[in-house]
Amino acid sequence: MEKLLLLGAEALAQGAIDGGMSGIYAYPGTPSTEITEYVQKSKLAKDKKIHCQWSVNEKTAMESALGMSYAGKRAMVCMKQVGLNVAADPFVNSAITGVNGGLIITVADDPSMHSSQNEQDSRYLGKFAMIPIFEPSNQQEAYDMTREGFIVSEKYKTPVLIRITTRLSHSRYGVQRKELIKENNLSLPEDPKQFILLPAIAKNRYKILLNNQKNFEADSESSLFNKYIEGNDKSLGIVACGIAYNYLLENFPDHICSYPVVKIGQYPAPKNLINKLSTECGELLILEDGYPFIEEMLKGFFDCGKLIHGRLDGTLPRDGELNPTLVALALGLKTKEGLPVPEIVVNRPPELCSGCSHRDIYDALNEAMISYGEKRVFSDIGCYTLGALPPFNSINSCVDMGASITMAKGAADAGLIPSVAVIGDSTFTHSGITGLLDVVNENSPVTIIISDNSAVAMTGGQKSAATGKIKNICLGLGVEPEHVRVLLPLPKNHDDMVRVMKEELAYNGVSVIIAERECIQTFSQKKKENKK
Amino acid sequence: MKKDIILAGVGGQGILSIAAIIGLAALEKELYVKQAEVHGMSQRGGAVQSHLRISSNQIASDLIPLGEADMILSVEPMESLRYMPYLSTDGWIITNSKPFINIFNYPDLNKLLTQIQNYKNTLVINADEIAAKNGSLKSSNVVLLGAASLYLEIPYVNLENGIRTLFGRKGEDVVNKNLTALKAGMESILQIK
Repeated sequence: MEKLLLLGAEALAQGAIDGGMSGIYAYPGTPSTEITEYVQKSKLAKDKKIHCQWSVNEKTAMESALGMSYAGKRAMVCMKQVGLNVAADPFVNSAITGVNGGLIITVADDPSMHSSQNEQDSRYLGKFAMIPIFEPSNQQEAYDMTREGFIVSEKYKTPVLIRITTRLSHSRYGVQRKELIKENNLSLPEDPKQFILLPAIAKNRYKILLNNQKNFEADSESSLFNKYIEGNDKSLGIVACGIAYNYLLENFPDHICSYPVVKIGQYPAPKNLINKLSTECGELLILEDGYPFIEEMLKGFFDCGKLIHGRLDGTLPRDGELNPTLVALALGLKTKEGLPVPEIVVNRPPELCSGCSHRDIYDALNEAMISYGEKRVFSDIGCYTLGALPPFNSINSCVDMGASITMAKGAADAGLIPSVAVIGDSTFTHSGITGLLDVVNENSPVTIIISDNSAVAMTGGQKSAATGKIKNICLGLGVEPEHVRVLLPLPKNHDDMVRVMKEELAYNGVSVIIAERECIQTFSQKKKENKK
Repeated sequence: MKKDIILAGVGGQGILSIAAIIGLAALEKELYVKQAEVHGMSQRGGAVQSHLRISSNQIASDLIPLGEADMILSVEPMESLRYMPYLSTDGWIITNSKPFINIFNYPDLNKLLTQIQNYKNTLVINADEIAAKNGSLKSSNVVLLGAASLYLEIPYVNLENGIRTLFGRKGEDVVNKNLTALKAGMESILQIK
């Protein structure tokens, strides 16, 4: 089979396609977006008619994937780390129902928060759900683990989690493909009650999950992805999880570490391998690109005497992603460093594109808000979050998908009138609709601006589920037709926009202003494609 | 053989195309290539960088350790200095002199260029001007790659093939424009030398 140069994210996708997947479900989110995009662009996936359309959010994606698994086929659902919070309900419960066709939940974590609100480590949620977790150290393992993941999933009838971090997701290396595995046929679960989590049934299902734990542990001990690697110097033993293993090897000539190492790629953590390391070595060093998951486990509550180094004792920083230099420092090796960044270099933060419709909306909103004063605009997740930065300084919150509308409602309930929400079209259909119903049901004095650029712009202009539907959704939820206003955000319409915003801010009830103009990036892409 | 390169620029300036051409050329020479890039929020006009590692042996880390980069290749002058802690003591700064000004506090250009020249091994060209002369301003990133080609230890013909593979889908015209840009960049250095 051919060798391909693939991003970690793409290796997961190719592995899933070659591993007999029948459908992938996802909502875009950096650093996970490229997994689904790769399947969408794959000719093989197209020929095999593998489902690869975007879902409205991570919860619907997770549930659809579970449904495909119910019908006996192999499915994968992908998301970024905060997406797993959105999908947490079906995710945790899928461990109780178990699966029929193989089911992989792939989550891309973002240590250092390159493009995220937090750097939560999904391994904790995998452990919480009590399912097997895979964590690749390189692109080849990313490919191999999706194939192995489906096998483990079907062997124990359990969903499995694959956890990857930003750096591996967005880094390319050679990947050796393996033979194509045939897709499963449609087949229904043997037990007609397997997926009915009524308490009486759920209790039994939960026991099955608990009984499976010893199998998951045994699988980890013999997993190809977990290894004990001998080393001559036993003063220190190293546990290296996922990509941290590469940073470790980088620091040794010919990539041969002088200390014994337990390399972890599959969880539950392999107890026997770690026990052996602990028995044979003086102190331990734990390398993890994320939270101190294994380190906390080994240290335990009583900290029983063994010297364990890592993120908790300051050997490594408590937050942020790892890199080869940090690992070298933790090993007490000499590091190089170039010259410092000269003072003349200033920050260059990201900004809204020139010609972007969000710019016109913030210019108008800033003017309309003058008489009300600052700190009453709640916003959301998307390109328009950049309205928090100069020159706009227009918004005062960005917490989670959809929170703008509901936070504005809560603030209005507390007496902040009017309070304002600014939300994008795709974020609105992801998680804003239910919040708007809350606002409508109480006719709360909230002005909601839906900045509709007809794309999921921040992640690269994917198709938005909201396109062409927003006005009808708002009317359908019961917003008064005279308070659903549609604007065309352009500099020449500035005065009109300010006037409409002022009118709705003055109205003591719910209003929705839909400011509709296509993302400048997707617009120019389409123009280019039309030229060809 | 080992070459660790930091590619630098502003989101949208085409550093990933440079990475792809070098990567394809290295693969043709049967070298190992590992390349970490930035996606997501920073791509909107922010500072972006890519770690490109080429080696005749297997490559472990996706990131270049501090102080070990052989080259900073930057399509924008201020961005060429942002990653100095990565550059080895003998490393090269190869940069475009044409600034991309999208911030209000961009430093004085003369002071900036003087600062760049203060470092040990530097090569500064106006890639935009050279690209414009060749009739395709858009290919200034490839002009810069042409300038760097003399320091990459990858045969020039493999870079040309990289361009053919990368742009082939876009038609012969685009391929030829980029081949011309590569040559113009390379020749601009020969003139300086």
